[in-house]
Parts: sequence; C-alpha cells; structure tokens
Amino acid sequence: MEATLLIDIGSTFTKVVAISLDQEKLLGRVSVPTTAQTDISIGVHDAIRELEKRIGTPKLHIERKLACSSAAGGLRMVAIGLVPKLTAEAAKRAALTAGARLLDVYSYKLTESDLTRLEQQSPDMILLAGGTDGGDEATIIQNAHSLANSKLNAPVVIGGNRTAANQAFNVLTKSGKEAVVTENVMPEIGKINVQPAQSAIRQIFLHRLIRAKGLEEVQRSVANGIIPTPMASLKAASLLANGTKEEPGLGDLLVIEIGGATTNVYSISEGKPHTIGVIWKGLPEPYEKRTIEGDLGLRYSAPSILESVGEKKILEKSGLSQTDVKKAILEMPLNAKKLPQTDTEASVDFGLSRICMENAVKRHVGSLEPITTPVGTVYVQYGKDLTEVKHVIGTAGGVIYSKDPKTVMNEALYKEAEPLLLRPKKPDVHIDENYILYAIGLLSEIAPDKALRIMKSNLRRL
Amino acid sequence: MKPVKKSPSKKESFAGKTIVIGVLGADPHGIANKLIEFALNDEGFRVVNLGIMTSQQEFIEAAIEAKADALFVSSIYGHGEIDARDFRENCREMGLDNILIYIGGNLVVGRQDWIEVETKFKTMGFDRVYPPGNTLQQGIADLKKDLGTRAKRTQR
Repeated sequence: MEATLLIDIGSTFTKVVAISLDQEKLLGRVSVPTTAQTDISIGVHDAIRELEKRIGTPKLHIERKLACSSAAGGLRMVAIGLVPKLTAEAAKRAALTAGARLLDVYSYKLTESDLTRLEQQSPDMILLAGGTDGGDEATIIQNAHSLANSKLNAPVVIGGNRTAANQAFNVLTKSGKEAVVTENVMPEIGKINVQPAQSAIRQIFLHRLIRAKGLEEVQRSVANGIIPTPMASLKAASLLANGTKEEPGLGDLLVIEIGGATTNVYSISEGKPHTIGVIWKGLPEPYEKRTIEGDLGLRYSAPSILESVGEKKILEKSGLSQTDVKKAILEMPLNAKKLPQTDTEASVDFGLSRICMENAVKRHVGSLEPITTPVGTVYVQYGKDLTEVKHVIGTAGGVIYSKDPKTVMNEALYKEAEPLLLRPKKPDVHIDENYILYAIGLLSEIAPDKALRIMKSNLRRL
Repeated sequence: MKPVKKSPSKKESFAGKTIVIGVLGADPHGIANKLIEFALNDEGFRVVNLGIMTSQQEFIEAAIEAKADALFVSSIYGHGEIDARDFRENCREMGLDNILIYIGGNLVVGRQDWIEVETKFKTMGFDRVYPPGNTLQQGIADLKKDLGTRAKRTQR
C-alpha cells in the first residue's frame, strides 16, 4: 500500500505517522526513543521498521518521507530589539512563529554583560531587530558591531530598520559572521510583520542547523527538508482554521499541546474585541500566534510546577487526598519516557495537565482592564479576544493520554469568576486523538486538501 | 480645531520628520486626534498615531523606536496636569534628550488664568502649550519653525 511517512524527531521520542494519501487514511503511528546520543538516523530507521511490522500486510510502499525536528534542543534562538514592548517583542513573536525555542530576548544597546550571557547561551540563530523603517538606526548598527566583535558564530537574521539593515549586514559579514537581511519585523509603530523573518529563519534552519549526529542523513532522505516541529504544528492549525479552496476550514481555533517539557499554544484568529466600546491597545497580535511555556510540562517541567503552584493546588487538581505527590513529581524528569503506571501516577499527571492547560491558555489569551475615566468605565483590551473562538483542540501526551481529557480541556475555557480573561466561551472541544497534528502540518505542504480532510476525520469531539 | 489648508511649497523640507501623536492618560476623546493626524500627514510629516488613552511610557517608547522629532500630546478631559507630570524627566530618563514636546486641548478644569497654565506646563518642560480653541495651523506653523531652528542649530 502506498504510504507517506511523516517523521517528528523530538528530544525524547521519534514519532512516525504513516498516511495513505490515496485512501486519505491514517495507516498507523509509532513512537520510539530518539537516539540523540548515538545517531539520530538509527531511531528513525527503528521507528520505520517498527511501523512496517505493526501494519504488516499489505506491505507498505513508502512513496515519500517528510520530517520535522526539535531534537538537540530544537531551534535555539535569541531575539534582539530596541524597546522591549515594541521591536524586541515583535522579534520574539517572529522567532516563536518560526518554531524557535527562545532562549532570551534582549533590548536596547547590548551591554558587555548581555554579550557575556549571549555567548554562554550560544544560540543556533539570532534575530536582530530594532527601529521602525525610517526610525532609530543607531541601536541596530551598534548591536551588529557588538555581535561582530563577539565570539558568537550563530547566523544572524536582520529584521530591523530598513535603512540600517544593510549597514548591519556589512558590519557582520566583514567580520566573518553569516548574516541575512529580511524585512523589518516592525516596519512602523503598531504594525508587525513576522512572515518574512519567519521564512528567513526556516531557510537557515534547513541549510545550516542540522547539527545532531545523523540528522543530516535524515535530511537527505526526506522531501522538502526538515522544519522545526512547532512550525509544522502551527501550519496544521492554520490549515485546519483557514481551509483550502476545495475544502472548508473550521474557522477560528485554539490548539493546546501539553508535552513533557513545554506547553505550546496556537491560536488562529484576529483576536479583535467582540464587545462594542472596548479599546484595543498594545502591539497588534499576529493572526497565527504561538506561545510556548517552558515552565509548564508533565515531565521535565513538573518540578517547576510544584515550585510555582505548590503541593496543595496539585492535590486539588488531581483529586488526590493526602498522597505525597512531592516525591512523585520530583522524580518526573527521570520518568520522561514513561506513561503513568499506577492510578496515583495517572492522577498526578491529570492534575499537572490541568495546571498546564489553565496557565498556558491564561498567558496566551488577551485580557480586559477596566479604566475609570470622567465619562465612565472604559475597558481596554490587551492581546487577543478569543471568547468567540469556535473550536478548541487538545493534543500531545498531556491531553490524549489523560484519564479525563474533557476536564483537562475545560481548563482552557472562559470562567465566570475571571471575566476579564478572554478565553473561549462556548467552543466545540476536540482532541487530536492519534496525535497527528505535526504530521498534518508537514503534509499540508504537499497535499493540503487531503491533509485537511485527514485531520478533520481524526479529531474526536468531547 | 480647524483643519489646516495645504501649503505645498513647504512640504519637502519636512518630509521624513516624524511626529508621535496621541491622547494622554485615561482620556477617550479621539476626534481631534484624528484631525491632527490628517493635518500633519497632509503637510508631509511622518505621523505615528498612538490614539486615545496613551500613557507617557507609550509615547516615549514609540518616539525611541521611530526616532521621532516631536511629540504632539493631547489632553481633552481636564486631567492634563496630573497626567503630564514628569513627562520631560521621563523622556530624559529614557534617552530622549532633545525631543520637542507640545501639549494642547483642555489642559485644566474650569476657568484658570491661561498665562498661569501655560507657565506651569512650560516649567514642566513642554516646548509649546496650547489653550482650548487653538488652531491646528498655529501648532503646525510653530512645529515648522521649531524644527527649522533645530536644523540650523545642528548645522552650526
């Protein structure tokens, strides 16, 4: 049977999904430990062999392979801008929508201690912004000089003031650094332009950043080159919302992906205020927005959740009475490759998932702030209003392997007690039961109509 | 405020000069703000309009990023004195040493002696202070004059 294989090389697991494009059907999926210590390609071959074995007959005829990766720490980036809430924020958003794991955001002129920290962080790529077009030139040029004189060798994507970008480029390339100029992430105040920077980041990721041993071999064996996994997930979310010419999409939606180390949230929505009279302030939001929470995850990040919310809250959300969850949680990072074995473990996972869901969505959605003025109370909206979003989708281990996905998903929704947080009010709630979101993102690049239909048929409404 | 008539001959020399405008504080009055935007655009200025309910911080940050030459601050609802406090100091703190700052609208509540009001705001560091009913023409003419003086000073 013809099959397209969609591979995701994660930091813990290598997943492979087999899809028949002719039959528009999911044939199977496997997950094996990633072999980052030895050679990434071993894990990929193992996974494919395992998948073939599981599917059995008729034998798979592999027509093509597509891949994404977050192995070796993912795409480790830093963003640099001028004002924290303006170009630095725009650069941050551009890096996030390109699927980066953002290590840090710097603003204003880089200081010596900034540079020392940057060198220690040793990012894979740097996005250098600063100044609107026609605006400040001095900062981006000085920061280019600072980067040029540093020990850093990461390629620099320049997405700042148009007038200064070429000078920054010359400064960097003259001292032997790799640099590329793209459009300004913030061409004018109040306008953000993340797409060109995102494409530039993807290009460099494809051609340069295949560092983990064996990844290059995988890169050669797949069509279209490897992209960062979160970019694939965002593409899938976008396809599902917007549809194609042939196949209608679902409209505005919110996707939450609770993993072992992080929780990703994607919203596809303009996020404009839905209430008349509300004033929208702050930087405009990207229509396709991704946020990632590095402190919210079920395994590696479990201890940090314990630290921030406390044992009592975890017990409450888990429905456990007096069990000592502390020990179990502190051991979570050691059990990164395991699903819960006992009822108590399943309950702890459930409690942690609820906390990840609640907090990650809270940080992603916009909020209202009441301000008293001489003409009465005026509401100011910061961020996206997602109250009218029609669909909320949960994916990854924290939701799909949960003992009670519905309760976990409910944490994403609007609460009467917190009316100022603009979470979805009455959406249809689904889970990506077979965890194929990333695969659909990859597939969307070659067969969007089919990819969309397969995604739709694999969503289970709760 | 009356809209300004075009004066095409002067346009070129101010093209590329950037003016950040907005309504300060919790002030939701937005009509004059739009008129100011149109008038400045019409004169060839690059306008960054932050709209209503704009904080000092937002004015200053936008001015840094857009390398603004002047700030046009409106305050219509009578709380100008409180909202504008430390504006100049905050600009200096954020590295905007020489930016022109104009303020106008209904700066204070009730009938207060205009000279006193003007002096108060000038002491606070505003370069120009306008009473209610002032024309846009006047503000723009002053802006051109002040920018011209600056340019000459820089040449020297």
